[in-house]
Amino acid sequence: MTLRLLAYILVMAGVTYLVRMLPLLVFRRKIRSRFVQSFLYYVPYAVLGAMTIPAVFYATGNMTSAIAGFTVAFILAYFGRSLTVVALAASAAAFAAEVAAGWF
Amino acid sequence: MSSSARSSFMRGLKDSIPIALGYLSVSFGFGIMAVNNGLSVFAAVLISMTNLTSAGQVAGLTVIASNGGMFEMAIAQLVINLRYSLMSLSLSQKLDSRFTRLSRMAVSFGITDEIFAVASGKSEEVSKHYMAGLISLPWVGWSLGTLLGAAAGELLPEKLKAALGIAIYGMFIAIFVPAARKAVGVLIVVIIAVAASCCLRYIPLFSGISEGFAIIICTVIAAAAGALFFPVAQDKPDEQQEGGGEQ
Repeated sequence: MTLRLLAYILVMAGVTYLVRMLPLLVFRRKIRSRFVQSFLYYVPYAVLGAMTIPAVFYATGNMTSAIAGFTVAFILAYFGRSLTVVALAASAAAFAAEVAAGWF
Repeated sequence: MSSSARSSFMRGLKDSIPIALGYLSVSFGFGIMAVNNGLSVFAAVLISMTNLTSAGQVAGLTVIASNGGMFEMAIAQLVINLRYSLMSLSLSQKLDSRFTRLSRMAVSFGITDEIFAVASGKSEEVSKHYMAGLISLPWVGWSLGTLLGAAAGELLPEKLKAALGIAIYGMFIAIFVPAARKAVGVLIVVIIAVAASCCLRYIPLFSGISEGFAIIICTVIAAAAGALFFPVAQDKPDEQQEGGGEQ
């Protein structure tokens, strides 16, 4: 492992820990601002949306299999299937598309 | 350990079993993604053992893979994980009087969306032994899943590895799609985030913006728009947590 990679991991772990630890240790006040509360509530969905699209279409190195995986994941997620089921089905669909592409 | 401490610890462990099982599968996807991005099994597991958060780790991988700067990494982690501050604040009201500074510092390491949700769902105050039980099993699941995923990523044939690379995105989709279906605010936030992310990726004007900063910009714009136009009800941490499970 390079020194730079170790530095990346230290920064990741350090910032993430401080964000969790400082409020628990230092502040005892509740956040009253409705804007801040709402902002923090929406952050996970914003992050996940931004990280997923368009990156998911490059996740398999092949746009066709990625679209197959994404489509299956979207449909199953829409109907409320669990995380694991959606993830495995997306992988299975992408794999099937890769194999099918090899036949033609 | 006294017998009441032991029973608190065991109750924590028991409450954490579903979380640990969930983490095992999500972190498997992270492990695969990490080795697909050129990290070693050891580095992938080290990240999971020290971070214990999915979105932050995936964003971190993005920064590492694009050789981004350390400042970029720090800001990305800060923005993405800032919500944990809110949970810490809320949880600080729930810890029993036997929490010392040291035990507060230890417990804070393990605050995730799911662990917070379970702890804050308790009707009574929580003890440090309960929290220790509640955190340890999910931590093991998270680290072990990463190890298995990363090892599988090194052993599996190319086609299967490529297909499994989509698994973590499948989990992300499984979180934001049902939530967007239930709440129009979440739907709008996701649409804005996705639109911003596509703009930053495909419009040549923005090609100088690194991937880590792109995630930060999309997140801030979309979450701020959501907070402005669809503010959530105040002082309802339980309600907030319902959809907050992103790990």
